[in-house]
Amino acid sequence: MTAEAMTTSPAEATIHPLWVRITHWINAVAILVMVGSGWQIYNASPLFDFTFSRSITLGGWLGGAIQWHFAAMWVLVINGLVYLTLGLATGRFRRKLLPIYPSQVFADVKAALTFKLEHDDLSHYNAVQKVLYAGVILCGILIVLSGLAIWKPVQFQELTTLFGGYNFARYVHFFAMAAIVGFLVVHVALALLVPKSLRAMVTGR
Amino acid sequence: MRKRHIVPGVDAESLIKDAVRIMPDPMRRNFLRGAASLGALTFLTGCDIIDSDAAEGVLRKISEFNDAAQAAIFSRAKLAPVYPESAITRPFPFNGYYDEDDAPVVDGKTYKLEVSGLVENKKPWTLDELYALPQVSQITRHICVEGWSAIGSWQGATLSEFLKRVGADTRAKYIWFKCAEGYTNTIDMPTALHPQTQMTFKFDNKILPRSYGFPMKIRMPTKLGYKNPKYVVAMEVTNVDHGGYWEDQGYNWFGGS
Repeated sequence: MTAEAMTTSPAEATIHPLWVRITHWINAVAILVMVGSGWQIYNASPLFDFTFSRSITLGGWLGGAIQWHFAAMWVLVINGLVYLTLGLATGRFRRKLLPIYPSQVFADVKAALTFKLEHDDLSHYNAVQKVLYAGVILCGILIVLSGLAIWKPVQFQELTTLFGGYNFARYVHFFAMAAIVGFLVVHVALALLVPKSLRAMVTGR
Repeated sequence: MRKRHIVPGVDAESLIKDAVRIMPDPMRRNFLRGAASLGALTFLTGCDIIDSDAAEGVLRKISEFNDAAQAAIFSRAKLAPVYPESAITRPFPFNGYYDEDDAPVVDGKTYKLEVSGLVENKKPWTLDELYALPQVSQITRHICVEGWSAIGSWQGATLSEFLKRVGADTRAKYIWFKCAEGYTNTIDMPTALHPQTQMTFKFDNKILPRSYGFPMKIRMPTKLGYKNPKYVVAMEVTNVDHGGYWEDQGYNWFGGS
């Protein structure tokens, strides 16, 4: 981490240290399993007037989906804790994601929508990226906490109360999923538009 | 646990066939050779993977680990939230793996609760004897594994009090329940001794109707609906895990909430 901080030549600098790349791809798999199985669980008692096609859900039936969901949750949570701890301890979050100024966000959103947003230096995040990455981290924390509130409404009833009760916590959990999936769509689309960003998340450079 | 939602394993084969049919040829060959990748796993239905012994074995092991985690989280002192009468869900939903019309009919006059296993007194209990036990009441939230919930009002005897009266060895690990229609259920002793775990004879202060489990259900607000057996005709205090109707099909054994 110190090597990253001390490097002066951006061209040779490691954009993503190894721990970021490892936790990123473990998280990617965990999220796909959680979302796929979560959709199957949702189908058992839909909150809205739609269900997810079985062709995109995981687990085959409710019991199978629950087994997937409550297996992948350990991967998601442990990996997430490692990521958050290292992100805070190494100063990467502070360095990469802060500060976020609303005026910059508006300017960069406008630039992005008119295809004028520069993406040359991968080691530097623009304001839109900062908002999206910080936002999805917060959504990740929210979805784990609301999930705990639904899973353990008796043992963790204080947490469930914090989420407005069992029924409301289900909606929070759903919308956190929707936000993460929305992020995922944009994130994957942009990574494919800027292939070197994908390469950087694999090789580090 | 409403029937219309759950088709455990029933159509797994046709699903796999459908999934295989819509795959491109090279993928299908790979898949049929059993070389489905993690990518295929997440982007296809997943039930084919569930059917593979290896994945199913791993998931079952993790589910057992989750049983242990839930047992560790469980506290006998932690009471489920209780609600005012105005919060009761009316009508309270019928809940079973069969249609309401197919719910078992138990004759209360000839009914006897069989008690077996690690107990001092194995004398069967008539309904009148059970009704004579000290009665308690609770208005708590019934949470189904599917996600929906409903608040109900249940009256009956505390299971721990009953266990004391029959001289049960509460150092035993499990209590196994058998129901009139063949449903079975095994629970852990700490949950059995939880102060809100109730042998329920009434719903909303009226004798349990057939659809809610006449003559007796076991109400555990610390567990999901499928761990709350209805039409209970026998119980055994045991150190052997006899499993249960849903648990044997893949639902989590502990099923705590």
